[in-house]
Amino acid sequence: MSLVRAVRLKTARLLLAGIFLILASVSLGAEDRIHKVQNVFDPHSTPAHGILGIAWIVLAICALIFVVVGSLLVYAIWRFREKRGDQGTEPPQVYGSNQIEMAWTVIPLLIVLVLILVTARTTIEIDEPAFPADALQIQVVGHQWWWEVVYPEQGFITANEIHIPVSSEDDPRPAIIQLASADVAHSFWVPQLGGKRDLLPNHPNRMWIEPEQTGVYWGNCAEFCGTQHANMLIRVVVDTPEEFEAWVLNQQRPPREDPAVAGGRHIFETMTCINCHAVGEKGAQNGFGPDLTHLMTRGTIGAGVGETSRDDLYQWLKDPDSMKPGCYMPDMKLSERQLNKLTDYLTTLK
Amino acid sequence: MSTSDSNASQGSIQSTEALQAEAASRSRILEWIMTVDHKRLGIMYILAGLVFFVVAGIMAALIRIQLAVPHNHFLGPEVFNRMFTMHGTSMVFLFGMPTIAGLANYLIPLMVGTRDMAFPRLNAFGFWIFLFGGCLLFYSYLGAPGIYGSGSAPDVGWFAYAPLTSKVFSRGHTVDYWALSILLTGIGSLATAVNIIATVFCLRCKGMTLFRLPLFVWMVLVTAFLMVLALPPLSAAQIMLLLDRFLGAGFFDTQTGGSAVIWQHFFWIFGHPEVYILILPGFAVVSEIIPVFSRKPIFGYPVMVAASIMITFISLGVWAHHMFTIGMTSVGNVFFATSTLLIAIPTGIKIFNWLGTMWGGSLRFEPPMLFCMGFLFQFLAAGLTGVMLAIVPFDWQLSDSYFVVAHFHYVLVGGLLFTVFAAVYYWYPKVTGRMLGGRIGKWHFWLLVVGFNLTFGVQHFLGLLGMPRRIYTYEAGRGWELWNMISTIGVVFQAAAILLFVYNLVHSWYRGKQAGPDPWDAWTLEWATSSPPPSYNFRQLPEVGSRRPLWDLKHPDDPDWYHEE
Amino acid sequence: MTESSPTTRTATEWKLPPIPKVGVLCLIAMESSLFVIFVVAYLYYIGKSLNGPLPRDVLTAPILASICLLSSSGTIVLAEHAFKANEMGRFRFFWGITWLLGAVFLVLTGVEWKHLIDEGLLISTNLFGSTYYPLVGLHASHVVVGLFLLGAVFLFSATRRLDKRHLMSVEVISWYWHFVDAVWVVVFTTVYILGVY
Ligand code: HEA
Ligand code: HEA
Ligand code: HEC
Ligand code: CUA
Ligand SMILES: [Cu+2]
Repeated sequence: MSLVRAVRLKTARLLLAGIFLILASVSLGAEDRIHKVQNVFDPHSTPAHGILGIAWIVLAICALIFVVVGSLLVYAIWRFREKRGDQGTEPPQVYGSNQIEMAWTVIPLLIVLVLILVTARTTIEIDEPAFPADALQIQVVGHQWWWEVVYPEQGFITANEIHIPVSSEDDPRPAIIQLASADVAHSFWVPQLGGKRDLLPNHPNRMWIEPEQTGVYWGNCAEFCGTQHANMLIRVVVDTPEEFEAWVLNQQRPPREDPAVAGGRHIFETMTCINCHAVGEKGAQNGFGPDLTHLMTRGTIGAGVGETSRDDLYQWLKDPDSMKPGCYMPDMKLSERQLNKLTDYLTTLK
Repeated sequence: MSTSDSNASQGSIQSTEALQAEAASRSRILEWIMTVDHKRLGIMYILAGLVFFVVAGIMAALIRIQLAVPHNHFLGPEVFNRMFTMHGTSMVFLFGMPTIAGLANYLIPLMVGTRDMAFPRLNAFGFWIFLFGGCLLFYSYLGAPGIYGSGSAPDVGWFAYAPLTSKVFSRGHTVDYWALSILLTGIGSLATAVNIIATVFCLRCKGMTLFRLPLFVWMVLVTAFLMVLALPPLSAAQIMLLLDRFLGAGFFDTQTGGSAVIWQHFFWIFGHPEVYILILPGFAVVSEIIPVFSRKPIFGYPVMVAASIMITFISLGVWAHHMFTIGMTSVGNVFFATSTLLIAIPTGIKIFNWLGTMWGGSLRFEPPMLFCMGFLFQFLAAGLTGVMLAIVPFDWQLSDSYFVVAHFHYVLVGGLLFTVFAAVYYWYPKVTGRMLGGRIGKWHFWLLVVGFNLTFGVQHFLGLLGMPRRIYTYEAGRGWELWNMISTIGVVFQAAAILLFVYNLVHSWYRGKQAGPDPWDAWTLEWATSSPPPSYNFRQLPEVGSRRPLWDLKHPDDPDWYHEE
Repeated sequence: MTESSPTTRTATEWKLPPIPKVGVLCLIAMESSLFVIFVVAYLYYIGKSLNGPLPRDVLTAPILASICLLSSSGTIVLAEHAFKANEMGRFRFFWGITWLLGAVFLVLTGVEWKHLIDEGLLISTNLFGSTYYPLVGLHASHVVVGLFLLGAVFLFSATRRLDKRHLMSVEVISWYWHFVDAVWVVVFTTVYILGVY
């Protein structure tokens, strides 16, 4: 019995895995370090693996039910279609059968019981794990429409890109992510790393991931949060432990003070920029806008609408709405000179 | 079956005819506006529902055009967000609910053998307040500054999660329009529900015991109970939202310590029963059509009734399966997963009983039956994706992704819409006296099957590839382009099918074959009167002795009651 | 039961419940469902207000009002009995008392609200205010509707236009009134007992 089930499961698994590999390969990009295609069937982190495990069981059961019931339907439709000569006569009138009703109540009931048990087990496994006390702690705060990322133990704040060291058998490094929201409901979702979890005001949440392969993982905000919900992209950067240490060290440094761009810095500090953004100690620490201290260490701006290239930064400062319509960074109506200076300054924030 | 002298409490023909004569002197339009006749109200409900369906369908088509390719600039974010909010809201509240109310209104008095609903005036009130609410929702497009202006038309999604709906995050009056119009249509639906319950309990014709009610009536009755229990929570939540927005209360205001989660609870306490409110009438239609076109009585009538009642009860206790990602305790998660999975059992029983009805029958594939067959396969698939969503950890991946969009369109389109079409093809001859074209009907069916499965089948893949719902644009290279394109192409087929249907409706009205009272050789009471039925329905109120009174009449040698019990 | 013809299978007795009663039961079910949500919201937000005034500072249990409302359930029963016995004078007396008791309840609620507003509690003050006024107000609005119905019946009766044929209406209105009473018990427990201690 269990053997039969195992074989069945295996075949179903192979079949489905085949389908989804084809699915994924259709659009796999060239750079394999950037995981743009977030296939649920290709997990790279512990809870995502656990979820896939239970997903296979459910998929197999459901596929089986679909095939069995579907075939019965097809058979009935074919076999009992009206045939020539049927006209005028009525088939035998059957009103029901208690035995049959019993059978198709009890069998689904048993299947459902199995599903409930596996669900309970995996839910508890994922939601209530035991962690070493020194696991990496990260706080992610959702804002309309960007992510504030705080490393409380390391003592710095960044935005939109989350760095995590890779985990391995002999060096497990789970990262615990505390989730909160500064305004409306958001949801954190990077499919290859784990399931989603909502960021809600007044309702702190928590999730964890333990990635096993380096690379950049793309994710999205998955709860509708207003105009730019679509452009609230997440990037989780999984580094080697060494890369991670280096990155942390750099983030902890005070901002660079390049005298060549003192003009730009002056504009930044005297214009309203400083009311919403922080660079090091200076500026708004209220988190209305992303922290810019080490802006250039990030790959993107505006939670994924542009790159940290000079052109994109220039365009962003010139008219944020042209890149992210409706976003809460205002158009400052800066002159070309100011724009150039500011951009020069920002590009030094490494 | 025989007839009895009319019971005084059930209205007399004379007074109805007097009313008729009086009405005839008024203009035709006024006659429809003033009507309290359940058949006319039913027709108006269904027509209004279909109009809203086409409008919301066109919105869906625009949504699909926007998503066909990455980085599309067809619709901006604001317009897009309004679009899916209005699409979802109108499909559920302005297409689904009124169409169901229309079917129930038209058919229930005929099926239980009486002259009208229990509260005819309340019935008319319900219709007009629904229509007003519906128009109010769309008026928001104009009431605020213009289609492209800021703040016009609600843009918070059809479940309008707090605190996005609070004054701080949604300025202007769009959310107020949304809450008010839903409140009004809710009152309309409640009027219908009370009417259904009172009619079924108080106006059944002689001999129509509860266990001889057609299954259609049973399932709509159960739906009405569900409405009575599940709609008021939504109204309560809407009232709270309006109090928040107008009087500064703090029910959903997270800045004064309010909760972001309690709205979700309140909404889904309504929202989940709502989806069963939408599908049970579909089940009701299928339970009438499959037996007639299989030439067999429904298999396991008492079990079908019991399963409907089970679904009603269980569906009141599963709501938080829409909230697995908010970070409930494991106990909460597993509890709601359990109740959700339990619903699969009575629902499965229904599918199996329909199968049992077809088994050994002599199936005639006229359009009504075709749509029921489409329903069976699609609903099966939809139910099974629902089961996947109920598995908490899997839902952590699938929730709020296109997988969910696929799931609920398989139930709502593949289930509800298909059964609505089945119902229209089945009862159109009763309503108009003419058959609805069968050849066009088959084209309509096949185009819709192809289009529907193209559009929504591939959305399962999109969800599994990490595409969240409610995004107006996406980056290239994430594996979504091909599937989105296919999904959009499917809409072309769907639109063609709907156009054919509209053409068919109009064309058959003038040119359709004469139907006669009983074109399908069916068994329930509505086929015992002329097509269209006179305003008093039955010259003499019928009296029944079994679940299939017309069968008994046609087969006096082998009447049904002989086999029942 | 002979089985010669289908017609003989029909019931000889054919009694169905009266429409108004089924209607009012539906109404009561709907209203209960509505109240449940408001009560749940109240319970959920107990103790979550960020600032005062808090229930224990400003609320005093409206014992007198409650006694009025609850005893009106008794007087309406007496009125109903009188109606059934066709003693219209006695009916009017008790029906009138019922109305008065309801009115007193409403006035006392008004007094309480006045007091709370003077204490600085508005609907927008804190979560207590946000949940208190809608819940108590929703109930009060049902009392208002009830008073309209009771008053209408009283007027009909006073002008001698009410007789035995209207038994159903009288009964149905009294059911509704009992329901309003029962809701008060729940509201009272929620607001003045659970919400304060
Ligand atoms: C008509 C409407 C309808 C119907 C009937 C259903 C039916 C079901 N739905 Fe669906 N659902 C929606 C409409 C509907 N749903 C909508 C609109 C949403 C999204 C709302 C939004 O977010 O906007 C939603 C979302 C939704 C979610 C939340 C997803 C999320 O957002 O995270 C879940 C999770 O559990 C779910 C589950 C189910 C289940 C288990 C059923 C079950 O009732 C299905 C039961 C049927 C079967 C299982 C098939 C037949 C049974 C058998 C053949 C027997 C054998 C089977 C077994 C033993 C398994 N649905
Ligand atoms: C009963 C309910 C119902 C129905 C029938 C439909 C029908 C359709 N839906 Fe809808 N949908 C919802 C309920 C429904 N939907 C809900 C509740 C949501 C969630 C909203 C939210 O997130 O808040 C949603 C969301 C939703 C989305 C997700 C949007 C997003 O998350 O960003 C999409 C995207 O593809 C979509 C597509 C469609 C399509 C293509 C159809 C098609 O089947 C429509 C087919 C109809 C037409 C194409 C009309 C064609 C007619 C003509 C062209 C002829 C007109 C001519 C004359 C009158 C002469 N729907
Ligand atoms: C009213 C507040 C406000 C002001 C003033 C403001 N910004 Fe911003 N800024 C934001 C917000 C909010 C975002 C995030 C937008 C988003 O992604 O949706 C942002 C994003 C940015 C980013 C992209 C950061 C990233 O990592 O995505 C840069 C760079 C930036 N601002 C620079 C500036 C400069 C330079 C000025 C001054 C000329 C300025 N901002 C003024 C609010 C402001
Ligand atoms: Cu943040 Cu969607
Ligand atoms: Cu649900």
